[in-house]
Amino acid sequence: MAVMGPESVTLPADATVWEVAASVNDPEIPVLSIADLGILREAAVEPDGTAVVVITPTYSGCPAMDTITADVTAALRHAGHEKVRIETVLHPAWTTDWMTEQGKAKLREYGIAPPTGKAALGPVRVGLSVKCPRCDSPNTREMTRFGSTACKALYQCRSCLEPFDHFKVH
Amino acid sequence: MSFASHDSATRQSQGEAITAEEIAESGAKADDATARYALLLGDDSLILAQRLSAWISRAPELEEDVALANISLDLLGHARFLLTYAGTAWGKSEDDLAYFRGEEEFRSCRLVEQENGDFGKTIARQLIFSFYQHELYSRLVHSTDATLAAIAEKALKEVDYHQDHAAQWILRLGLGTEESARRVQAGLDSVWSYVEELFTDVEPMTSLGEIAVLPSTLREPTLTRLHQVIEQAGLSIPDMSGAHGADRSGRHSEQRGFILAEMQVLARQHPGATW
Repeated sequence: MAVMGPESVTLPADATVWEVAASVNDPEIPVLSIADLGILREAAVEPDGTAVVVITPTYSGCPAMDTITADVTAALRHAGHEKVRIETVLHPAWTTDWMTEQGKAKLREYGIAPPTGKAALGPVRVGLSVKCPRCDSPNTREMTRFGSTACKALYQCRSCLEPFDHFKVH
Repeated sequence: MSFASHDSATRQSQGEAITAEEIAESGAKADDATARYALLLGDDSLILAQRLSAWISRAPELEEDVALANISLDLLGHARFLLTYAGTAWGKSEDDLAYFRGEEEFRSCRLVEQENGDFGKTIARQLIFSFYQHELYSRLVHSTDATLAAIAEKALKEVDYHQDHAAQWILRLGLGTEESARRVQAGLDSVWSYVEELFTDVEPMTSLGEIAVLPSTLREPTLTRLHQVIEQAGLSIPDMSGAHGADRSGRHSEQRGFILAEMQVLARQHPGATW
């Protein structure tokens, strides 16, 4: 079984298993499914009936991965799969570029500024302005790069003064 | 699969979807030298993660509590990947390796073992280690060992943040008040003798060829960048030679025993305990 890259993931080997796994939400950002986040990489059924789901961690130490593994297993069991295997794949490394447009829209609605632009391949230190998810102003500032979770940074809007989370470009 | 304590969350795959367990079962496990290399890298991250976690609720501001906790968590994640992979060679789990090895069996460098000291010293240690680790992982992504390359690729993105964090603090402290500059300089002075150890070529790196990164190749690029940022911060490069016995052969600093005692006590008093 090959672990597919980002391009091939749109054609999951087993649509049903994929759909069940995709119904699982991120425990820390409950409006987003693991498919929206790009964590869900592959879904398949092996000849012996084992449902295999491949996920990739957002950050190496992300504590949500344990919960996601448990939740996907539970969802598949509930859907009638007796044998379930969850694999964690590191390569290719997860990037916010895999987040769906729908996911970004949901984030914004939820009050978290979605990642801006694309993850840089080289040492580009100039970031795009992060828009305030509340008033849409681009006049915002980073308060701390390390926010409530590893994937988020804390920002403040200079227009409406609200603090907000920004999902870091990674 | 049950989600019980013996299930490692760091079951990892690469390329043709090999999990640590599958590697162990199929017999195609990490060979002894590669495992010892992974262990050495994992030990560095594990010990520093443990050290940094002590800053939670102790940092100078709330945002810094959060930052150091996040960095600690990233390092712990790297350590779990590396220790899990190393364990495939010997049929051991990440927990076996983290909690049930003695002082002499750890291969961490002495820099990460150094006590936190004040915030200036912690940041001095962070600066050196994150700059070193960034150079290391930038090269390890080309390792011919697919699992090590994958771990490095993942870790590199995170270490990029770590070195940025440390560099910003060095500048802020160095160019801040007289007191902040004095203390961060004292921090640099107290850990600088452990820098050379990071660049010492030892077994198993010397026999692994393209699998590993030879530490001596990291010396020049790491030191050049360190010198730049330290000078930019108005601080001086400590003028001292490397501490003796710097060979990662099991010789260690006296601080190692204390930090291991703290880290291992629960697992040893209650073997197999789960939350």
